[in-house]
Amino acid sequence: MSALSERPAGAVVGTAIPHEAAALHVTGQALYTDDLVGRTKDVLHAWPVQVMHAHARVTALRTEPALAVPGVVRVLTAADVPGVNDAGVKHDEPLFPDEVMFFGHAVCWVLGETLEAARLGAEAVEVEVEPLPALVTVREAIAAQAFQGGQPKLVRGDVESALEASAHVFHGEFEFAGQEHFYLETHCALALVDENGQVFVQSSTQHPSETQEIVAHVLGLTSSEVTVQCLRMGGGFGGKEMQPHGLAAIAALGARLTGRPVRLRLNRSQDITMTGKRHGFHAQWQVGFDDDGRLTALDATLTSDGGWSLDLSEPVLARALCHIDNAYWIPAVRVNGRIAQTNKTSQTAFRGFGGPQGMLVIEDVLGRCAPALGIEPHELRRRNFYTAGQETPYGQPVRQADRLARTWAQVLDTSDFAARTAELEAFNAGSPHAKRALAITPVKFGISFNFTAFNQGGALVHVYKDGSVLITHGGTEMGQGLHTKMLQVAATALGVPLERVRLAPTRTDKVPNTSATAASSGADLNGGAVKNACEQIIARLSQVAAEQLHVPAADVRFSGGVVRGLAPGGPTVPWEDVVRLAYFSRVQLWAAGYYRTEGLHWDSAAMRGEPFKYFAHGVAAAEVEVDGFTGAYRVRRVDIVHDVGDSLSPLVDIGQVEGGFVQGVGWLTLEDLRWEDREGPNRGRISTQSASTYKLPSFSEMPEDFRVSLLESAHEEGAVFGSKAVGEPPLMLAFCVREALRQAAAAFGPAGTTVDLASPATPEAVFWAVESARAGEGAHVADGGQEPDQPTGPPIRPNSERVLSES
Amino acid sequence: MQSPSVTVNGQAAPLDGVPAHTTALDWLRSRGLVGAKEGCAEGECGACSVLVARPGTTTPTRWTALNACLVPVLALDGQEVVTAEGLGTPADLHPVQREMAVRGGSQCGYCTPGFVCSMAAEFYRPDRGSAAPVDVVGSTEHPPEDAHEHGPNGFDLHALSGNLCRCTGYRPIRDAAYALDTPADGDPLAARQQQPVPAARETRTPAFVRPADLPAALQLLGERPDAVVVAGSTDWGVEVNLRGVRAPLVVAIDRLPELRGLTVGPDVVEIGAAVTLSEIALRLDGAVPLLDLLLPQFASVLIRNGATLGGNLGTGSPIGDTAPGLLALGASLVLVSAEGEREVPLADYFTGYRRSVRTAGELIRAVRIPQPQPGLVGFTKIAKRRFDDISSVAVAFGLDVVDGVVASARIGLGGVAATPIRALATEQALVGRPWGDVAAAADVLGAEGTPLDDHRASAAYRRAMLRQALVKFATENTLEVAR
Repeated sequence: MSALSERPAGAVVGTAIPHEAAALHVTGQALYTDDLVGRTKDVLHAWPVQVMHAHARVTALRTEPALAVPGVVRVLTAADVPGVNDAGVKHDEPLFPDEVMFFGHAVCWVLGETLEAARLGAEAVEVEVEPLPALVTVREAIAAQAFQGGQPKLVRGDVESALEASAHVFHGEFEFAGQEHFYLETHCALALVDENGQVFVQSSTQHPSETQEIVAHVLGLTSSEVTVQCLRMGGGFGGKEMQPHGLAAIAALGARLTGRPVRLRLNRSQDITMTGKRHGFHAQWQVGFDDDGRLTALDATLTSDGGWSLDLSEPVLARALCHIDNAYWIPAVRVNGRIAQTNKTSQTAFRGFGGPQGMLVIEDVLGRCAPALGIEPHELRRRNFYTAGQETPYGQPVRQADRLARTWAQVLDTSDFAARTAELEAFNAGSPHAKRALAITPVKFGISFNFTAFNQGGALVHVYKDGSVLITHGGTEMGQGLHTKMLQVAATALGVPLERVRLAPTRTDKVPNTSATAASSGADLNGGAVKNACEQIIARLSQVAAEQLHVPAADVRFSGGVVRGLAPGGPTVPWEDVVRLAYFSRVQLWAAGYYRTEGLHWDSAAMRGEPFKYFAHGVAAAEVEVDGFTGAYRVRRVDIVHDVGDSLSPLVDIGQVEGGFVQGVGWLTLEDLRWEDREGPNRGRISTQSASTYKLPSFSEMPEDFRVSLLESAHEEGAVFGSKAVGEPPLMLAFCVREALRQAAAAFGPAGTTVDLASPATPEAVFWAVESARAGEGAHVADGGQEPDQPTGPPIRPNSERVLSES
Repeated sequence: MQSPSVTVNGQAAPLDGVPAHTTALDWLRSRGLVGAKEGCAEGECGACSVLVARPGTTTPTRWTALNACLVPVLALDGQEVVTAEGLGTPADLHPVQREMAVRGGSQCGYCTPGFVCSMAAEFYRPDRGSAAPVDVVGSTEHPPEDAHEHGPNGFDLHALSGNLCRCTGYRPIRDAAYALDTPADGDPLAARQQQPVPAARETRTPAFVRPADLPAALQLLGERPDAVVVAGSTDWGVEVNLRGVRAPLVVAIDRLPELRGLTVGPDVVEIGAAVTLSEIALRLDGAVPLLDLLLPQFASVLIRNGATLGGNLGTGSPIGDTAPGLLALGASLVLVSAEGEREVPLADYFTGYRRSVRTAGELIRAVRIPQPQPGLVGFTKIAKRRFDDISSVAVAFGLDVVDGVVASARIGLGGVAATPIRALATEQALVGRPWGDVAAAADVLGAEGTPLDDHRASAAYRRAMLRQALVKFATENTLEVAR
């Protein structure tokens, strides 16, 4: 067992405790960025001037009429930017654009004494534009060959010969939708300037250090002159990894220019129309199987819909390519990726970060091909699982293949899969208008940032003279329970009761150069750093306690607020006494902790290496019932076993599994993100830009019977206290619901019917699938091969080059 | 007249000088009560939910959850509001707050105060019943399959249909709801429900007026054709928040006693235009079976607690779900103005997209449903989401079947034309024919109206669903009729 993963007796990690802020949440006392406005004097409010064209050149911008509106204080335009007029790290996102790149792009911002004044001021700004041709759909972009960024290619073996030698070859096409984050708290920033013109920005951001960097470069300041704090977020899900930066910069610019605090909060329709979403994808594929249904080759081209600028589209695409295998051994692989440039919001990170999109492709392939192969879908999946000794297409050994098989077997057992499958068949035989189906799908998800440099974390742990502990770390809290886990990690590492430890909000002046709280890595990275800081302090205190206890320092143990030697029944000293004595002995009682994930390497141009520290695993089985009249459906029961290693915080982890699953179900079934693609004045407009038109899962989508458990005996050597990351992987457990819907739709047709299912599988989409099954249209999956497009663009530049070019 | 004020968490607060378009949510937040949040500003997410003391049916007062983002705060003049902050404190959690906290019912916490308020309203429902608390902290114990939307403690999960959570997947929130016991003896909010509801009082500000009675309201509307009439403000609030609409004068009519009657007579059921949809369901007590099918599918409890029939018909929306149902029942509207009353069949009421025969000085006073009602009724709502969605198609059936033959038929449709319409050709195709074989009539129904393609559904799906609605209705009701 590694020192990092070893869990001491009496550990506070592993206990099921509520979220550290639960009592504040439920009483309305927990503060979010916008809740600070009422506590801040003389705040100005910002409102965007959105231009309602998908693509247009700004030919005139007249701000004077806005200044005539009572209460309007200033209009911010490109001319006001002292530094760089850009909101991103790629220099392709002008903060104040002179070319409107998507419907609703903000070209300037109005500051008002009230929100109402700012809104009316924005209405008064006159913008003249020359409309330009726009590309709205990914298919339009492909036809126009409009791509941006690198075009990665992941290759193993000789796909062409492997396909030729395959007993069965199929090909197909699949386009599936993205997803709006719909964090309940929209984007928000509140910026203040201090006596030296230094800037303090409170921001709802998953990446405070990058928000800090962007604010600094827009204002022409150094990072040391900008501090960003995030109290907590009302949900992030990746949507606040890159997107907050420009908004924070607008607020900061306004504060610098007016000397007054500036608040910028997007309302829901602004948030949906202006900020990025999960990438929708288009996929072309051909696949080979042997006579036993074993995958022989996969040739696929994935085109992500990147929107107007790159943002995180390159790493999202790289992760999609790295996850197209999901849990399956595919001997020969050729996967090309490219990023369409469309006149849409710039698509960005969203829980899973491309992984879900890559995995959806292979799960769709298996779901469509199973009937054509005459193999039950669950059996086809199981037969293709990785086994010990195999490697992913990018060359990373799959070290815990046994764990996936164990999880699968457990779900088959606890869900009573075989017996219920028989029951459902009997039900379906007697039920002409409603069909049920049970499907099971696996998840194998790589943990670590593909971008190796991000795999580091920092923390600051203070022990005060009275023995109380204050921790700060580089991660942000967005509801995922990171702070709860960090409190447990610190209490465990210091051997004090949980109540002894307090946590202060995330600030860039406490812990610098932090990575985004993203890639599920928050607990791994920051937990490693908190533990490291605590261990430095413990090492020093051990020297002090050793003298007190008359034992060697190496034998001193800290547990439950008591310090003792190894011998049972020996003398003990209270934690507080050791701390006080240490202070009087002039021993440093605080420490900065640091952690870097060991053993990673990744060549992004060759798409080879070991980018992941380990894989997280999970298996889910879902039973659905589809109404043949309407296509409406219910999720009757879901069984999940998920691998979180040895859980740091079981209540938190189960919450992540359940919440991620339902969010995934939302993406795959209900959430219907629509852009107007017909010609006309609304071309490029998001037609689902409110809660009344973009429907998230509600109570009616919760599985009626929802059974979640964590895989036992799941110690992970490579992570803090033996745990595993949990934020993203459970989202992809939702594939089982989509596959169950496919199977239920097929049950309306003759045996062996193959069903194509749109994504999202809305009731309407399911209805059309049912109709096609009933019509006996049979297999849409085409027999034989057809080569996907083979892009010839440049690869994604290696990380080292990227970093150098940006510095 | 008193200057306007509202009691919040037991403390009276003045509303002097507050603009007419200021929502209760913005006002509460400006007072430092930031527990209620804005998630959507259109009554869809429930993050702004608060409790308001409203009339009850079994107790004088009911703590009723409302979307604070939709209600103008001036509409709360003289009323009592409780927010999440008023229910409990971190050191002294309310039972609802405790269950939500210990079971993992909050993750990011942003939706949580709203959930707490909606859950508290159901916690205090006088006829909810009780149960032994369930001891399942952190577990995923599940209730019996057939009871998944009703807890062993009588908790109706639909009480939370207007609250969205993006983090938890809802299971722990359900467990919290189902673990609630009955309110303790001496619980002050439970005791408050036994006391009279705050009296309606006249409010008069430059741009927001609550008239004292119907004659005053009609006089004002006669004088001010530019006035906007609001009841629950569930539609007006969206206009104010999302589209920046402002009115020179807002007139609140939701507490006028003349609009709040509900009588079930031998010839007619009359429902006051300002009775909320939640109250209608309770006060009718099964007297209109079609509404018992329809109302639970109408938006969410949070909306139904404010929305009224008068409002739903007054806006003239082509997809207001009540209109198809009322068309199938042959309902008419009583319109009243300073000049007097007139009764208009609902089928003649709509004249175009969001237009009707109602004139600027007129109010809908009541909806009349003739007795006897059709013997066979049905309501189909097609939407993406089962809870709280707007229908892409709504179909309501009111049939009489005598000796296996359709004697009369009324079918109301929503979402397939610029107004709610009757499916007259389909009705004709059914009447006089044996009930059960509806294939031909279903084809006729599939061609009624002029459905459009939009983000809710394709025109082809809408047409298919019209057809399927009749096939499904017949399939599900043939046995019963034969019996």
